[in-house]
Amino acid sequence: MGSVPIFSVGDRVRVRKAAPLGHIRTPYYIRGHEGVVERYCGAFPNPEELAQQRDGLPAQPLYRVRFRQKDVWPGYRGSAADVIEIEIFQHWIE
Amino acid sequence: MGGLPAGKVKRTEHAYDDWQLRVDAMMMLLVGVVGGKKRMTVDELRKNIESLPPADYDKMGYYDRWVISLTQTMIQRGVITTDDLARKMAEVGKRK
Amino acid sequence: MKDLGAYRPLDYFQLMEVSLRELLVAKGVVTDDAIKGAMATMRARGPERGAAMVARAWLDPAYKDRLLANGSQAAEELGFEVPGLKLIVVENTPQQHNVIVCTLCSCYPRMLLGIPPEWYKSRPYRSRVVREPRKVLAEFGLRIPAKVPIRVHDSNADMRYLVLPMRPAGTQGWSEDRLAATVTRDCLIGVAVPRIPKQPKSRKS
Repeated sequence: MGSVPIFSVGDRVRVRKAAPLGHIRTPYYIRGHEGVVERYCGAFPNPEELAQQRDGLPAQPLYRVRFRQKDVWPGYRGSAADVIEIEIFQHWIE
Repeated sequence: MGGLPAGKVKRTEHAYDDWQLRVDAMMMLLVGVVGGKKRMTVDELRKNIESLPPADYDKMGYYDRWVISLTQTMIQRGVITTDDLARKMAEVGKRK
Repeated sequence: MKDLGAYRPLDYFQLMEVSLRELLVAKGVVTDDAIKGAMATMRARGPERGAAMVARAWLDPAYKDRLLANGSQAAEELGFEVPGLKLIVVENTPQQHNVIVCTLCSCYPRMLLGIPPEWYKSRPYRSRVVREPRKVLAEFGLRIPAKVPIRVHDSNADMRYLVLPMRPAGTQGWSEDRLAATVTRDCLIGVAVPRIPKQPKSRKS
């Protein structure tokens, strides 16, 4: 895992579906879902490692990814244009 | 927690008690946001909160969870020991 | 400590707080003065800074552009210290309404808004606003028409968020301070929109 961002705004990306142990900042509800990169936020120390008293380096690229709500929630009852935007670390994108 | 069923949002608000603000203050000082030496990360605090048994999590208030996790983090970091804490809690408990 | 009159034993969590604090002070890790100072700062901090940024953006289109491009720098431009804050400001328009949540804990731009309200940290808000935002907003008294898409922002990692609400109608010629007074904390989270007070306020200097 390195610090270089490999995705660009507009890329379609899928969040890994995994349920490991430890401290994770990828919400469970979004794992396995597909969205579009809305922006690159920069690289930050990995919170999974910071939580374990390690330095989390090299910093990990972080993106905001936009998902359509109707893709995320079965039976979603709002507008088809409603979205949810979440920060996803590069190593959680497959 | 996102997406799980839950009840209506209770919008009652109240001023925080002094002890809660002290917990908040200690957290800010220990993670280094308001100057002073950084002794822990907020990620460790979060990890310890997430490790609370689910039944306890729901029974505990927000700052209850924080004070437990903050103390746990200080023990993990070796800033205080379990024995330090046991002796101090006994001493404080005897006051008044 | 407050004098409560009748003796009340500390509960477990308050006992923990006293014990932790006294140990940390005794070991020189923190000082009582530093704790008091941090308490005073957070007790005094409300949403005024966020509201000031919004009012400036409403009056100054160039500031608004800077605010949307780099929220932290725009805050610093107004003299607000925001150490380590990575702020993203999202704009309400007739074509979109924004609402902020932290489903994983309670992340919030504290230095600009103060300590988050209890409901923002609660299980019902964190669980439901991502899944049924319109229903939750309706419970707050805010009805977003179906033709206006809602963008929910989950503040789950390093970024923090502020909503830039739309300027309410009927505020032409208002001063920056008067505009800022219409922007409540709930407007900056996205569960409310600025409204003109119904009663005219008495003149304040």
